[in-house]
Amino acid sequence: MERQLIKGNEAVVFGALLGGATHFFGYPITPASEVAHMAAKQFPATGNCFLQAEDEVNAINMLYGAAAAGSRVMTASSGPGISLMAEGISYMAGAELPAVIVHVQRAGPGLGNIWPEQSDYNATVKGGGHGNYKNIVLAPFSAQEMCDFTYRSFELAEKYRMLVFVLADAYIGQIMESVTLPGDVKHAPRYDWALYGDRESRGNLISSILMNTELLSTHNWKLDDKYKKVAEELTEWEEYETEDADYLFVAFGVCARLCLSALSALRKQNIRIGLLRPKTLFPFPSKRLCELRKKIKTAIVVELNNGQMADDVELALRCAVPVHRYNWMGGKVPSTQDIIDRALKDLRG
Amino acid sequence: MVKHTKPKTFYEDFVRKGGPGEKNTHYCPGCGHGNVHKLIAEVIDELGIQDRVIFCSPVGCSVFAYYYFDTGNIQCAHGRAPAVGTGLARSLENSIIISYQGDGDLAGIGMGAIMHAANRGEHIAVFFVNNAIYGMTGGQMAPTTIVGQKTLTTPLGRSAGRDGFPLTMCEIINNLAAPVFIERVSLGNAARILKAKKAIKQALVNQVEKKGFSFVEILSPCPINWKMQPIEARKWLIDKLEPVFPVKNFRNGDSQVKYDPPRPVSDEEMKKLFNLEKDISIKQKEEHISEQLVKLAGFGGQGVLSGGILLANCAIAEKHNTSWLPSYGPEMRGGTANAGVIISDGQIGSPLVDNPNFFIAMNGPSLDSFEDQVLPGGTILVNSSLIERKVNRSDIKTLYAPLTEIAQQAGAVAAATVAGITMYALSTGIIAVDTIRQVIPLSIKRKALIDENLKVVDAAREYYEKNLAKT
Repeated sequence: MERQLIKGNEAVVFGALLGGATHFFGYPITPASEVAHMAAKQFPATGNCFLQAEDEVNAINMLYGAAAAGSRVMTASSGPGISLMAEGISYMAGAELPAVIVHVQRAGPGLGNIWPEQSDYNATVKGGGHGNYKNIVLAPFSAQEMCDFTYRSFELAEKYRMLVFVLADAYIGQIMESVTLPGDVKHAPRYDWALYGDRESRGNLISSILMNTELLSTHNWKLDDKYKKVAEELTEWEEYETEDADYLFVAFGVCARLCLSALSALRKQNIRIGLLRPKTLFPFPSKRLCELRKKIKTAIVVELNNGQMADDVELALRCAVPVHRYNWMGGKVPSTQDIIDRALKDLRG
Repeated sequence: MVKHTKPKTFYEDFVRKGGPGEKNTHYCPGCGHGNVHKLIAEVIDELGIQDRVIFCSPVGCSVFAYYYFDTGNIQCAHGRAPAVGTGLARSLENSIIISYQGDGDLAGIGMGAIMHAANRGEHIAVFFVNNAIYGMTGGQMAPTTIVGQKTLTTPLGRSAGRDGFPLTMCEIINNLAAPVFIERVSLGNAARILKAKKAIKQALVNQVEKKGFSFVEILSPCPINWKMQPIEARKWLIDKLEPVFPVKNFRNGDSQVKYDPPRPVSDEEMKKLFNLEKDISIKQKEEHISEQLVKLAGFGGQGVLSGGILLANCAIAEKHNTSWLPSYGPEMRGGTANAGVIISDGQIGSPLVDNPNFFIAMNGPSLDSFEDQVLPGGTILVNSSLIERKVNRSDIKTLYAPLTEIAQQAGAVAAATVAGITMYALSTGIIAVDTIRQVIPLSIKRKALIDENLKVVDAAREYYEKNLAKT
């Protein structure tokens, strides 16, 4: 298959359609709008459904309806839009509806600005709406992964009947890179829980309301068991030069890219540092980090937020090794040199 | 005649309801929901569409409609049923979507959803039960509470000055072009109930015939929260509600909107559309290159971003890895624009070009901004058409070329960066000028533009060979 120059936000659309998506409902917001632009072009061009909703509140409820009908359905948005979707996201989690949400993070809080941040880590990874629930969160760090992760996200969503977030940032959304599109087109099978408007599915009910405390308790524990299963089966990460590492970067998204560059520069100065890049943020590679704590002396968590993933890293390391938090906010992205300078200071003392 | 047998669209026993009384509904004595449920169930029976119906339950007293209707069922968030119905209707060509909503749900929290679903002409039958009060939460003011009506949150009566006027949804929706059927009916007495059934039937026939969005508002009693006896409530409905909400047909027309369900193309057609078979690579990779960090900067309209894309496409054609990252947002509109392109045979780490080894400065402010950031030993290509000053640094190579004039003379002033990319290719040898010539027709759609861009490449090569090759 040939490589093409594709923007991260656009690679999402090709990945989605090849992954069997048939419906896109969304509302424009910078820096996620290119997803909607490309979807508006490619969904109809492939005979599928694109609809610009009146707002994010209703866009997510269109997902709720289409997912209930067994369609492979998606949306794309950014912080303020995702906040508006929180209600629907919680309902979908409660009703166990599968769908895909591409979240291209901008800087907040409030209207903030349109530059990259990773400040919706907690809101996405820990839930974001009301109630006990989790989403599967995939963290791409290239245009290729924007495509690949979206491509496989529908099957994951359906396998576990969960929402899958593709959690990117403004830079991973805007970047153009060589992308090889997947060669096989996937399709949603028929599911026994969905509504198809026919006799076989007539008895089905899609709902998140359980007035009886006993029933809702059972439902919550069932969801919790499912999330534990997801943690066992789906945790994914990538390691770079950790075999002999004394020190460890932990970063996702664009920060993992910056750390890769910093890593090679630091290695040249004989600092044996590695990188662990979570590809799934929920489930989080806590077990692997827990193992690494026996090897490494210091961890450095590089994030475009106030240290949201660093909390999880510290927890996974059981506070056995010091964790340095390198944080940038407000849309500021460090240069590779900024990271190198701080690491040299912290690691050489 | 209202039949007294139970429609088969109702479950025999209301198992989902649970608890004692599986034969009874959860509705209060004298409530209108029981009437409306029965009318809908009878019509579904009569039309023989039970298997095809998907019933969207709202939030409100009818939140548990799925206890009773033996159809496909989905329970929706408060006010969102028309959006949920949209998702269903656009997925299932043969289904009949019913959105059953109360006044708080539809005219309060869900006002946006209903207006837009109506305006799009979604294929949904909406049954709007208007009882002028919030029932489920115990009797608070609804958007349709009439002026003077006492509720828990208007203990002295609704004041138009403070609370506004009751919303008349049929009249509002009647302003839209797409809906095919709009009618307000009443449950005030038996004759009115029979008329209500006719309207409900028409709304569902319209779904069977794929005519489009149909809206039936049903004035319905809520004796408990109105604090009346059931018979008194029906009278109050006729005497007080009907003057505010006239019972009549507003529209019974033909479809304005064609039903257009998705028809996905074949896998093979999709692959063809996405160029999966097309090979744009031009030459086999021969030798490894050192990582190239290229920055282009200028003002909007100089083709800075598209020039970067051309370079990145050339890199792919020559089987290198590449990344392109723009500055974006408000800066793109009239201000300075810059793009960083990285070309590498290894994995590309940071996509940010903080310190370029080749910088193409298209205008003065860009040179001022980025001159100091160029790596020692790197190169700055200065667009001397627009930049009068010389580069201050002595630890880098400098090339001066009138890029804008070269492009202008070739007839494509917007392609000045193409001249810059050509000179980058000639100066570094990282990509071949022939590659640029071959990639341009692949990345530009308009034939005339292709020719102009190719002329710019040739003019730039000529200028370079004549004036810069030896520097």
